[in-house]
Amino acid sequence: MKSSHLRALALAVLLVVSAGIVANAAVSTPAEFPPDAFPSTYQPLPAQTTLIQHATIYTGTGERIDDGAVLLRDGKIAAIGKQVEAPAGAVVIDAKGKYVTPGLIDVHSHLGVYPSPSVAATANGNEMTNPTTPQVMAEHSVWPQDPGFNTARTGGVTTLEILPGSGNLIGGRGVVLKNVPATTVQAMKFPDAPYGLKMACGENPMRVYGSRHQFPSTLMGDVAGYRQAFADAQAYDREWKAWEAKVKAKGAAEAGPPPKRDLGKETLAEVLDGNIRVQMHCYRADEMAALLDVAHEFGFKIAAFHHAVEAYKIPQLLKKTGTCAAMWADWWGFKMEAWDGIRANIAMVDAGGACALIHSDDENGIQRLNQEVAKALAAGRRAGLDISKEHAVMWMTLNPAKALGLADRIGSLEPGKDADVVIWSADPFSVYARTEKVFLDGAVVFDRDDPQRQSTSDFMLGNFVDPHAVDAAAGEGAP
Amino acid sequence: MKYLAMILAMLCVACSPADHSADRTDARSTASAGNHAAGDGKVYAITGGTVYTLGAAGKIEHGTVLVKDGRIAAVGTDVDIPADAERIDATGKIVTPGIFDPESQFGIVEVGAVKETRDASAGDSRFSAAFDVADAINPRSVLIPVNRIAGVTRAMVSPTGGDKHIIAGRGAIIDLGSTEGFIHRDAAAMFAALGESGAEQAGGSRAAAMLALREALQDAKDYADNTSAYASNQRRKYALTRLDLEALGPVLSGREPLVVHVERASDIEAALRLARDFKLKLIISGGAEAWMVADELAAAHVPVLLNPLEDLPAHFETLGSTLENAARLQKAGVTIAFATGDTHNARNVTQAAGNAVANGLPWLDALKALMLNPARIYGMDKDVGTLEQGKLADVVIWSADPLELSSFADQVFIAGRKIPMVSRQTMLRDRYMQAMREKQALPPGYIMPAAQ
Repeated sequence: MKSSHLRALALAVLLVVSAGIVANAAVSTPAEFPPDAFPSTYQPLPAQTTLIQHATIYTGTGERIDDGAVLLRDGKIAAIGKQVEAPAGAVVIDAKGKYVTPGLIDVHSHLGVYPSPSVAATANGNEMTNPTTPQVMAEHSVWPQDPGFNTARTGGVTTLEILPGSGNLIGGRGVVLKNVPATTVQAMKFPDAPYGLKMACGENPMRVYGSRHQFPSTLMGDVAGYRQAFADAQAYDREWKAWEAKVKAKGAAEAGPPPKRDLGKETLAEVLDGNIRVQMHCYRADEMAALLDVAHEFGFKIAAFHHAVEAYKIPQLLKKTGTCAAMWADWWGFKMEAWDGIRANIAMVDAGGACALIHSDDENGIQRLNQEVAKALAAGRRAGLDISKEHAVMWMTLNPAKALGLADRIGSLEPGKDADVVIWSADPFSVYARTEKVFLDGAVVFDRDDPQRQSTSDFMLGNFVDPHAVDAAAGEGAP
Repeated sequence: MKYLAMILAMLCVACSPADHSADRTDARSTASAGNHAAGDGKVYAITGGTVYTLGAAGKIEHGTVLVKDGRIAAVGTDVDIPADAERIDATGKIVTPGIFDPESQFGIVEVGAVKETRDASAGDSRFSAAFDVADAINPRSVLIPVNRIAGVTRAMVSPTGGDKHIIAGRGAIIDLGSTEGFIHRDAAAMFAALGESGAEQAGGSRAAAMLALREALQDAKDYADNTSAYASNQRRKYALTRLDLEALGPVLSGREPLVVHVERASDIEAALRLARDFKLKLIISGGAEAWMVADELAAAHVPVLLNPLEDLPAHFETLGSTLENAARLQKAGVTIAFATGDTHNARNVTQAAGNAVANGLPWLDALKALMLNPARIYGMDKDVGTLEQGKLADVVIWSADPLELSSFADQVFIAGRKIPMVSRQTMLRDRYMQAMREKQALPPGYIMPAAQ
């Protein structure tokens, strides 16, 4: 909705200053993407054409290629198969005995908004001054120097969605980032990725506001809060649409000034229009069911329930609504709504036909999404489910890409997709496997054998300058 | 029992403590301490497995572990198996001692955010050092089966620091396999915090925290030396309550270790100075920057309880965090054990250990850090930590490498008791798996809707 409103606003200005005919012609050519006040300035790092061969490849589409090869050219996957010819001048990597996967994707991270070190000044993830804050944007809290971006990259994470916290019913917009070292968040923003809207079920909002004797203090208060917010957004939407109609029918001069922009309602109106994807923190099965009804009532879609520790109780419902469940492998018990968490959750949701994926919600866990998936796979097999590793790889690649609305660009090693690739020292389902190289848009962004390809945050410099070392640089990055 | 003792103490304000053992906290009777469960009456012969004894016998291929009366009766390749023994074939599998969690909240925290189920700290109470988790421990906690079926057989249950006391109180070592006789050793260690959290509790500075701890120890020493003078009001006023001073006695005498939570290298060094001054048996918990002072720790024979997955500068006191902490400490000769800080998922300590191996720790040392070193650190290695004759039979049969993510505990024994391999989580799983298999909307246990 923001797109069309802003477009109309721009047109109205145009109408005032130029000929009506030109402007009217423009009305019929809507902009392809929502205008973004904070556009991405991301530039892929310099990349060489690279052929990785003789590797065991988990494609991210559910298949495995033994002794396979993948060609990265111009930032994209150019070819994949048993045998791929190396173009002249290509860097050829013999990955015999090694494993290759797509770059890992985390749909739920607070890196940058709750960075390391965790101090009051850096805790910028929850705007807990009102239960409904759709107007805030996580990207304005992201500190690109969070050392956690580097450790996540070391763990093979190439794309991640940074979300506001779950203290509010509606916490604000999340932002999808390419995990490259940068000095500004704009330089990390995934070009043209849809925005996410963080919403939260359950105990957190009611605890935050209930403890202040404010609304909401109950689960029923939670649900009433979402509904009223979307009802208000619908009214706002109508107001703008009426004005737009007036502009179209009578011209800008007679239509009068546009309605006042309300950043929060604008965001929710974009959700109603399907341009912003709802990423909803929700633990319990019954709450997820209630939220699916709310979404149905207002005509929007929930892209994914996050945490979803009881998703295994309702896979059929998630399948029916096409809602993904982004889960941990085994977190449970830290609060009442997490009491029924089980290790087979991901596998059971997957077996039930719904879109299942891993997420971290944690600056440590994000470094080992492959291990979390390995645990979830093991638990699924223990439950009697027949799941292959190549299938389970999708839980950390293609399925998170689906949840982000980016499955046509990332998440699998298919020709034309972004060349986000990880080379592992061993099967990534092993606890002993480590990343060796991480490619992002075809560029090496991490190389375990090359210190020049191991980024260090500004924050990590100079903490341990050794007074005994003549060469002071020797003390940098001591850990 | 402690409450009874406390009530008696309160009723008996005029009495001399010397005359009444009932109000001495260290003389109280716990129903179970020292009274270990002696198996389940059966004899078990675990045969054919690759046995990592972690003792002098090392690794035994195709070994037999004989379990009788709660203890290990024999280990080796040539063990006479009694006719009445239940044989368990562990061919192709790995047999190890059980995992010993050196810092947990088993039985004193059920649901993290439900305060009624939390007994891990008493920050608002008058007590600090005297606070003892033993009387609060619930051996029927749902967390216990969840973790014991993953191989965790024994644990230090430790208090977490309250918001007022830098001395959190005393921990107890429990066996995760019984509801009676589960306390293996009460008052097994004293827990305190320095560093950032100690500073916060002491009024805003590390220096104040150190002063508070020194004052407590000095007072306790004075009290121990002049108990009867104290009883007749002949001593100066102490900062701590009488029960706290009494509780610190065994710490001062070196009988009970003091576990100090510190992360920063300089804070670890300050703790080492404190231990030297008072001749304390010190254990470092946390120790993110312990590798930076590894030689000092090794020289002082001070062990470290650490989480090998900590690698971010999450706090200013952990700027030196690294995945190589465990490997570097081990190499320097420091005894390490793994504490993940997450009791609900204490089972994930095998994953943490595996990562320590991926970052340089020898595999066998990782196994020892999980199973043997906690026993050594707390002085329990006469009883547990290895698969050797006479030890309590905490035995785990693993499907494969215990540190590998695809492995699982096939069968667990705790003090000779064969543990049912179920938990609330396996029950929830099976209930909903059955529903899925039978294509039912609701799992068994619910009333099924009548067929249309």
